[in-house]
Amino acid sequence: MSVAVEVRNLKKMYDGGHVHAVDGVDISTEEGEYLVLLGPSGCGKTTLLRTIAGLEQPTEGEVLIGGSVVNGLPPRVRKVAMVFQSYALYPHKTVRANIEFPLKAEQMDKAERAPKAHWAAELLGIDHLLDRKPRQLSGGERQRVALARALVRDPQVFLLDEPLSNLDAKLRASARDELRRFQERLGTTTIYVTHDQAEAMGLGDRIAVMDHGKVRQLGHPVEVYDDPADTFVATFIGSPPMNLVPHDGTLVGFRPEHLLPVETVTGERVTTPFHIERIEYLSGDRHVYGTVTAFGEDTRAIARLPATIPVPLEAGEKHEFGIAVNRVRFFDADSGQRTGPIRLDSHHG
Amino acid sequence: MAEAAIDESPRTARAIARTRLADRDGFLAWIFLVPTVVYVIALVAVPFFLAIAFAFSDVTSGDPSYDWAGLTNFRRVFNDAVFWQSLQNTFVFTIVSMLLIVVLGKVLANILVADFRGKWIVRFLALLPWTTPVALSTVTWLWLLHSIYSPIDWVLRNLGLIGDNVYWLGRPTTAMISIIAVHVWRLVPLAAVIIMVGILSIPNDINEAARIDGAGFWRRMFEITIPLTSPLIAVSALFGAIFTFTDIAVVQVLTGGKPGNSTHVLASWSYIRGIGGGDIGQGAVIALFLFPLLLAAAVLILRAVRRMETI
Repeated sequence: MSVAVEVRNLKKMYDGGHVHAVDGVDISTEEGEYLVLLGPSGCGKTTLLRTIAGLEQPTEGEVLIGGSVVNGLPPRVRKVAMVFQSYALYPHKTVRANIEFPLKAEQMDKAERAPKAHWAAELLGIDHLLDRKPRQLSGGERQRVALARALVRDPQVFLLDEPLSNLDAKLRASARDELRRFQERLGTTTIYVTHDQAEAMGLGDRIAVMDHGKVRQLGHPVEVYDDPADTFVATFIGSPPMNLVPHDGTLVGFRPEHLLPVETVTGERVTTPFHIERIEYLSGDRHVYGTVTAFGEDTRAIARLPATIPVPLEAGEKHEFGIAVNRVRFFDADSGQRTGPIRLDSHHG
Repeated sequence: MAEAAIDESPRTARAIARTRLADRDGFLAWIFLVPTVVYVIALVAVPFFLAIAFAFSDVTSGDPSYDWAGLTNFRRVFNDAVFWQSLQNTFVFTIVSMLLIVVLGKVLANILVADFRGKWIVRFLALLPWTTPVALSTVTWLWLLHSIYSPIDWVLRNLGLIGDNVYWLGRPTTAMISIIAVHVWRLVPLAAVIIMVGILSIPNDINEAARIDGAGFWRRMFEITIPLTSPLIAVSALFGAIFTFTDIAVVQVLTGGKPGNSTHVLASWSYIRGIGGGDIGQGAVIALFLFPLLLAAAVLILRAVRRMETI
């Protein structure tokens, strides 16, 4: 069963209104959607998740699960399952008892509990660990136990709070893939909190980028990447981040992979001299650090050249670079919001 | 360079000497340990072996010369009905108090960790019984349980629950209840603080996970909190047991073993026999009966602490 989750004008304040952890958020998921809340630490994404779970009560606004308002209802009634960053396994219980705990809390019979727990454990490939205690497990195994405990009672909604951040980098990539496949198989609406843009881009049907308690942009990964709503999203997502060049009260934005030697840019384009200062080789790509001089103020920028562009470049050299016109984005310098395009006179300095 | 080194050498040498003393861990360890070792030997080991020696002697306060008396003292003590009554009382007081201390300590600990307005004053008041000197607070209880002017009786009388005064300390059963009540009142704060530490050491995530998993208050209490704090609950139980088991002040001040000799415990009876009656040999025999039980309690405490380390 999958149901939609919605929050309406949700606010959560601490310290008598001095701290706005969540500051007027409106989000609604679709049924069975995988929604990622992405943002830097302290942006309110975890508070938002905890409010949906019922661990925090909102100061204002409503939380709806499956169309009904659940404000004031305890987590038990909301039929949500949550995986914590620390996994929060019960250290004194075996893996089996950990997985069976939610069923026990539902007063399910012992005879019914065992096969369900076994089913969940098998699904996650931990059925051989059922008699161990959490302290005898590796990080990846603990994460699976936490997941098994979450899915064993068919929750309406999965809430995941940075479930991969305690895994090492290699394991994280495969666990990410696995998480996604599970969700697709179970079809349960999932809200996933992370500060890692790679996880967000890879997992989310949609991404809500949050900062200072507000949702800056909600959209598909491609939208959020290609058409950022403001400079925060533009610089938070992408590595290296989007280049922003000030120009008469406007910021001219372009992604590093679109700033390329002019001879490789076809079609309508704007051009600029690029004073190359330093070149880094990263996973086959060349990251070129330098200064662009033609779009407004002289500004340091980064170009990312894929291995397929063999144009020879040297540090200290000045080379003509170009950007396809449809790749350039414009932002208001004061508010940071997206604005309409302005005319760029490419002049050669 | 060479000049500079010569120039600085006296200061450096002194600095090196200073560091060396502070760096010699083995030496420092002994310096720091000596006071404790001296203390333990002088005030624990010596009296303990002295008590064993006295138990087999005919030493009295009138005749302190040491003569071997074999098992005479043991025979005399065992033939005394008051000794057996004291032994029984000691166990009854200890076991009943310990159970009440743990249960009420857990309840009080839950109150102490809760977040509410004015919790500091509640915490302060709750800890007061433990911080008051036991003789002083027992004197207060003596007034509260007074045969004529007892405020407790006054309240019960005005509520219509009793017709006449209870004479708490005048009858063996109510006197024992009173002693247990004072022990519990005095030791619950200590148990509560120990258990509170246990509750606070449970990561918040685990409680929240249990709430998400659908566990209500009682299930969380019995399946999460109590198992995870069980080593500390055990420690508080054993502390409660030891303090009750070895206590002399409450019995001495509240009843003095009266009515009759019905409320004596090992410690008070040993004192009456050994110091009051001057028969140091018999007093020592009675006191020695505390040892095996305290040893067992100490072993259990250490095992509980070990368990805590492995969770």
